[in-house]
Amino acid sequence: MTHAAGWRERVGDTSLLWGLVGVVAILSVLPLARLLLEGIAPNGFFSSAALTRVLASPTTWIATRHSLVTAFGGTIVAVAIGAVVAALVALTDIRGRKPFVFCFVLPLMIAPQVVALAWLQLFGPSSTLLKMIGLAPAMGSPNPLYSAQGIIALLGIQYAPLVFLTLRAGLRTLPRELVEAGLAAGATPFTVVRTIVLPLMTPPLVAGIALCFVSCLGNFGIPAFLGIPGNYLVLPTLIYQRLAGLGPSVLSEVAVLSVLIGVIAVVGILLQDSMLKRRDFRLMSASDFMRPFELARWRLPVEIALWTLTIAVLVLPLCALLLTSLVSTIGVPLTVATATLANYDYVLFEHAAAKRAFVNSFGLSATAAVVILLIAVPLAYFLAWRRSPLLRALNLTAEMPYALPGVVLAIAAILVFLKPLPLLGISLYNTIWIILFCYIARFLVLGLRPVLSGYYQLDRTLEEAAQITGARLLRRLRTIIFPLVAPMATAGALLIFLTAFNELTVSALLWSSGAETLGVVVFSFQQGGDSTYAAALATLTVAVTIALMVATMFTTGKLAQGILPWRG
Amino acid sequence: MARLTIEKLTKSFGDIRALDDVTIEVNDGEFMAILGPSGCGKTTLLRQIAGFDKLDAGRISIGDAEVSALERHVPPEKRRIGIVFQSYALWPHMTVAENIAYGLTVAGVRNPERLRRVQDALASVELDGFGERRPGTLSGGQRQRVALARCLVTEPALVLLDEPLANLDVHLRAAMEDEFSRFHTRTGTTMLYITHDQAEAMALADRIAVMDKGRVLQVASPSQLYREPADATVAGFIGEGMVVPVDVLAVNGDGTCCADLYGHRVRMRCALTQKTTSTARACLRASDLRMVEPSAPGVRARVARAIYQGGYFRLEAHVEAHPEASLHLTAPEPFTVAADTAIQLQVADGWVIPPSQNAAKR
Repeated sequence: MTHAAGWRERVGDTSLLWGLVGVVAILSVLPLARLLLEGIAPNGFFSSAALTRVLASPTTWIATRHSLVTAFGGTIVAVAIGAVVAALVALTDIRGRKPFVFCFVLPLMIAPQVVALAWLQLFGPSSTLLKMIGLAPAMGSPNPLYSAQGIIALLGIQYAPLVFLTLRAGLRTLPRELVEAGLAAGATPFTVVRTIVLPLMTPPLVAGIALCFVSCLGNFGIPAFLGIPGNYLVLPTLIYQRLAGLGPSVLSEVAVLSVLIGVIAVVGILLQDSMLKRRDFRLMSASDFMRPFELARWRLPVEIALWTLTIAVLVLPLCALLLTSLVSTIGVPLTVATATLANYDYVLFEHAAAKRAFVNSFGLSATAAVVILLIAVPLAYFLAWRRSPLLRALNLTAEMPYALPGVVLAIAAILVFLKPLPLLGISLYNTIWIILFCYIARFLVLGLRPVLSGYYQLDRTLEEAAQITGARLLRRLRTIIFPLVAPMATAGALLIFLTAFNELTVSALLWSSGAETLGVVVFSFQQGGDSTYAAALATLTVAVTIALMVATMFTTGKLAQGILPWRG
Repeated sequence: MARLTIEKLTKSFGDIRALDDVTIEVNDGEFMAILGPSGCGKTTLLRQIAGFDKLDAGRISIGDAEVSALERHVPPEKRRIGIVFQSYALWPHMTVAENIAYGLTVAGVRNPERLRRVQDALASVELDGFGERRPGTLSGGQRQRVALARCLVTEPALVLLDEPLANLDVHLRAAMEDEFSRFHTRTGTTMLYITHDQAEAMALADRIAVMDKGRVLQVASPSQLYREPADATVAGFIGEGMVVPVDVLAVNGDGTCCADLYGHRVRMRCALTQKTTSTARACLRASDLRMVEPSAPGVRARVARAIYQGGYFRLEAHVEAHPEASLHLTAPEPFTVAADTAIQLQVADGWVIPPSQNAAKR
């Protein structure tokens, strides 16, 4: 009896595993391989024509230089802000930590294009807010944000929370004994931070820097809103302009550009790896959270400084955005008499593409979240509990589409789906499905990581106890494992939903009439000069985002700790 | 109910031989304990029997069915065995009743039959009325009983218990030992009980297999294990036996012999096949040693330490002629002998360890 049944069971396990390998390969390996192939053999023939043309063009190198300048600059700003705030929040006894972390991390959850739009509304001659307080510069003077410095500043503000989060996670694993041993040896708290805490925090700091650099490099929304008007192009916006202006005929060239930006990103990641390999940073098991350093008489000033920072980088631009959304035309001063909800009325009920975009973005984000969880829960099962070289490679592969800049995946997806699918004869290009494909590929790892950490926290005997009663893998996944990792999975799904809901990079390159996302519509309103409509739509997306984030704050215990970045 | 046969089982992890040529035969309905220090391979053995890991060599059969061999591996879910895990492994998202019913649901048992069997299982561990509770709200002992009920409700052919008492308070252990014992008597299920606690193993098991460094050293009844250890490691591990060199001078043919221990003549128990030899070793128990008058025949020793253990002292002494040889015995309170005092020890009994059969193999 047992022999045949056992064989069938093993085949069931194996086919599930190979099915998952296939899914990850299609989501990740296929598009990236296709992109690389296009770089060396456009249209299937080896040719260096496109490669030479792109590499010989001065535009390429100007954009590359701009990309490097803004990415490095943005990283420096982000690290300066993020590291100081992380140290203050994690190591000292400031009050009101929870609401502060929520507000500080918020920019990360708001779409870059919305951040850019909000800041544009804050500065410049037509700023509704500045007009209200009579500080607006003279008409005709340029908005100072349309510059490299503007891009760097906003990238820094957008990604400071990334550095903050990685560093704070590291600080939380710091054993209190190490700090106390330093204090006992007679060192002042400041010396302890400088000589013990900081050196030990090198890995999270370096990881945060690398993450921040790659994010800045791949960011599309900020350089699109601030750079394109002044013709300050970075690689993602160059790719966008080429493709939007000339269509798929320039695919080979933009493929080369995508590979170029991908290579820069990979170099950044590899650099981080090699920096961390040289020294031993392993910490012995952490016993207890460190007791925070007392700031004593500095506590109130530090708290005021932190909240001022939050108001400056979050509240002011969002207020500017909100105020702009309430005026009938840019330039009209906002008073009780001129305030109007007409812009909201227009984007919610009149403008066809905006109405569609709500449905599309909600649908795409929710579908991506559900599909990713259906992949991530069984995939993480194998990754966490059946270790093998193949699975390690699979884990890395699944990370690729997220680690690389979004334009890389978007161009790769166009290459894969431009021609009709073999056998089926359907083309996904110019449909909403190509966007869904990219969302699933790109955000898979956002669902996979929380689920994986859920597995690592799980006592495997819980599964073995079910196995011993005769339950097969699919039943165990359904009745035992899924319920147990559900809190992590839900948190992951929420993260995916919010990220996809605010997404622009991928959809800017892949949208088509009828398949617009909210990001795309905000972008085209702004490009068309309809800043008030853009502001209204952006305000609505921010409202949805914040509402969802706030909702999670009240579901204590239901959602796993440590997954949602804004929950301290 | 089924016999469990483990033959020449070998399993390595990298360079480490976790199981080395393990052969154990557990009879139908027997309560067998696997006893050994942590890292001896007993948990690896359990995972092999359950089918969580694949073996490198050998074979395992449950009843008449071969479940593990090089070319065959029946997955755990097809083995019809039950396990009580050390961590209990109760599913926190299910009620107690749902936990117990799980295996029945998997097996396709429907209500009302399923309901009845869950109620019976709850009653058998004296947890009637606890069905709707969550495992998180139960005490350690109650969780243990739920785990036992869950394991037995499907009437497995073989039950594996992985250090089930390790996480319980001392005062609960005795009660749970009783519970396991009664359960075994009532159901007659073949049980394999993994433990590092020899008192537990002695109290519960029909037979005990002693393991060390991946090998089975001896499989015997608790009493035989204590009285007639098969080798020096077992002798030292079980009941803290002292292993001492002896000359077997004459074998009596009735399972006793005359031996010389540090120049003192002692009558000892030995195997019927024991030959006279000058290189034998014997196992002595603390209870075999007694302090006598200095003039009486015995082994002369010097007191190294006297440790008070509540009501009596544990004496550690070095043999005067062989200072490297250490003996220990108990001395009743009051005891006033100072350290480094010479004492005379009479040896009343001992067991000559039979020459190792696997000596050549090692």
